[in-house]
Amino acid sequence: MNETCSIATPSTPLVPGEHHPVEEWLRMERMPHIWCPGCGIGTSVNCFTRAVDELGIPHDQIAIVSGIGCTGRVAGYLRLDSFHTTHGRAIPFATGLKLAHPETTVVVYSGDGDLFAIGGNHFIHAARRNVDMTVICVNNFNYGMTGGQVAPTTPEWAAASTTPYGAAEKPFNLPNLAEAAGAVYVARWTVYHVRQLTKAIREAMKKPGFTFVEVIAPCPTLFGRRNRLGDGLAMYESYHTRSVVKNGADTRECALTMDSPIVCGSFVDIERPSYFVTQIGALRRSLGDRYVLPDTWKGVVG
Amino acid sequence: MGADPRGVLTGTHFLDGDHAAAEGALAAGANFSAGYPITPSTEVVERLAVRFPKTGGVFIQMEDELAASIAIQGAVWGGAKAITVTSGPGFSLMMEHLGYGVITETPFVLIDVQRGGPSTGLPTLPGQADMMQARWGSHGDYEIIALAPQSPQECFDLTIKAFNFSEKLRTPVLLMMDECVGHMLERVEIPPAEQIEIEPRRFTDKGPGEQYWPYSLEECEPGGLVPPMTKVGLGHYPHITGLTHDERGYPAMNAAAQTKLVERLIAKIRDRRDEIIILEEDHVDDAEVVVVSYGITARVCHPAVDRARAEGHKVGLLRLITVWPFAGSRIRALAGRVRGFVVPEMNMGQMVREVERAVAGRCPVRHVPNAGGAVHDPDTIYAAIREVCR
Ligand SMILES: Cc1ncc(C[n+]2csc(CCOP(=O)(O)OP(=O)(O)O)c2C)c(N)n1
Ligand code: SF4
Repeated sequence: MNETCSIATPSTPLVPGEHHPVEEWLRMERMPHIWCPGCGIGTSVNCFTRAVDELGIPHDQIAIVSGIGCTGRVAGYLRLDSFHTTHGRAIPFATGLKLAHPETTVVVYSGDGDLFAIGGNHFIHAARRNVDMTVICVNNFNYGMTGGQVAPTTPEWAAASTTPYGAAEKPFNLPNLAEAAGAVYVARWTVYHVRQLTKAIREAMKKPGFTFVEVIAPCPTLFGRRNRLGDGLAMYESYHTRSVVKNGADTRECALTMDSPIVCGSFVDIERPSYFVTQIGALRRSLGDRYVLPDTWKGVVG
Repeated sequence: MGADPRGVLTGTHFLDGDHAAAEGALAAGANFSAGYPITPSTEVVERLAVRFPKTGGVFIQMEDELAASIAIQGAVWGGAKAITVTSGPGFSLMMEHLGYGVITETPFVLIDVQRGGPSTGLPTLPGQADMMQARWGSHGDYEIIALAPQSPQECFDLTIKAFNFSEKLRTPVLLMMDECVGHMLERVEIPPAEQIEIEPRRFTDKGPGEQYWPYSLEECEPGGLVPPMTKVGLGHYPHITGLTHDERGYPAMNAAAQTKLVERLIAKIRDRRDEIIILEEDHVDDAEVVVVSYGITARVCHPAVDRARAEGHKVGLLRLITVWPFAGSRIRALAGRVRGFVVPEMNMGQMVREVERAVAGRCPVRHVPNAGGAVHDPDTIYAAIREVCR
């Protein structure tokens, strides 16, 4: 992946006279991006930018944190305070950022391998703590950036470069994992469902506490090709035929196989005091007037 | 700039090194810490967990050291002054994020209270065998600053110094303690806030919406290589990545960008070596044999040096307070005129290699190894001094 910095800036569009509707959210001087034709990551970014646009949160009050991988590159294309951290560690970085600067709406945007293999421990703990952040996971069922290796989400029997004879391990059911760990909002959509996905991101970002959106997306270059699923378009079409919308579904029924229905919808939407509320409550209870609220927490929490 | 009185426990106290380091962090203005418990370092964050809620700081115990060492960096970009602390196995786990801090130029302080290793080794007993890991443990090329206190008082003083270096040079700074200084109780004098010099974070003068690049040298102090910082929420939209980047912070995957970035990261520390290197010399001026040591081990050298001097041997002690960057030029200068060096340290041969490199064969260098678990017996050091004096 040989990146060169292109010369275009937001005021000099790539196609003269034409502006993309979400251009102001993007670092246009970095276009073209590195993603393959037909990759679902770009569509998810489009939905994300539309969601933040609709939410009306000022640009300088959103920070985006990614780990490593093709999805990990999302941070670098968004014109926001953006952090491309280390493999698997976007969530703890985001935790520190949020605790130091609660005014910022913190979004973690990364791949399934990043968030659930190397970063799995951080995910469950952030959900348990109910730290205010939204985690958007682009699940393409494999490791894209490193060449299509098996991931903790690879469906049983699917081929990957390190499971050439078919994956034999049981994959994670991400909505179920998120719910069990304590997330207060859990949704899943495919990149075919652009409107629903946009709405889910909006709802997740609006809700205090730890919220999670799984985005099913094609990696035609690696997962698609190796499993003979056709090109990007064919994979989008299969999401259309395979998906069933079941808002409020029991997350135990959301496991995925190579050909099962893809259960989509918003599954969890509960109320639970967020990290700040429980922390401040506990410290005030013990320390009373001696508790000194951090300067940056004033006016935002408690 | 003087310290914020909220964090300063002015007065005379009886503290162990771990607690003194925590007080040093508070005096330096630290207001964020993420930790993961490991003996013999835990008391540092335990004290911060007690003190921060009363001084407006935030402590969080993370799920592991990987999380702790990156959570503090998130906090720094959120505007905090942050510290984490660990020992042996935890230090190994933090290595990837030491590199992340170096390449992203994120200032923070990381304390390693060293214990015996390798692996789980001797959790409750001292060692000094992470010295090379401190210098080379993260992958790739980098320079690092590391200080080594020999007493609780220095745990306090040098923690402040570590924060000041980290802000000035926009880089992670290490405090290489050991179990002995961590757990020994001594008198610690904490001055009034206004007498504590604090290096404030240097932020960009650019206003919201003005073009700010996180690694542009445009706003550097004259001759300096340290760009000013920003934080989230100021409308500067920095992009921060661990990939090789250009001055805008954007990934640049080519040899020219790598050369430019890595050379600057290294030069910003090497060029200021003289400012960073702090040494303590005792009878070195007229010495024919120089003992080079650091941390708790330097402290046990005194009886050995005194005994040799009482017998008429011209022996001096050079204590490395700054261990990295290494005081090579001072050693080189001494190598031209002394009969030899004696290097006691609590490992099987780490900093001694640096001494040998600087001496370059001009005189003998006698290492006094110790596998850890207990400090040197001064007799062993004395015997080594005698050998070199002969
Ligand atoms: C510590 C560490 N281990 C391994 C890697 C190599 N690596 C880079 S990306 C990646 C997997 C990314 O997969 P995923 O999160 O699913 O993202 P995708 O590329 O599919 O979007 C791996 C293993 C790394 N960068 N760092
Ligand atoms: S390798 Fe796969 S995930 Fe990565 S950009 Fe290409 S299609 Fe997308």
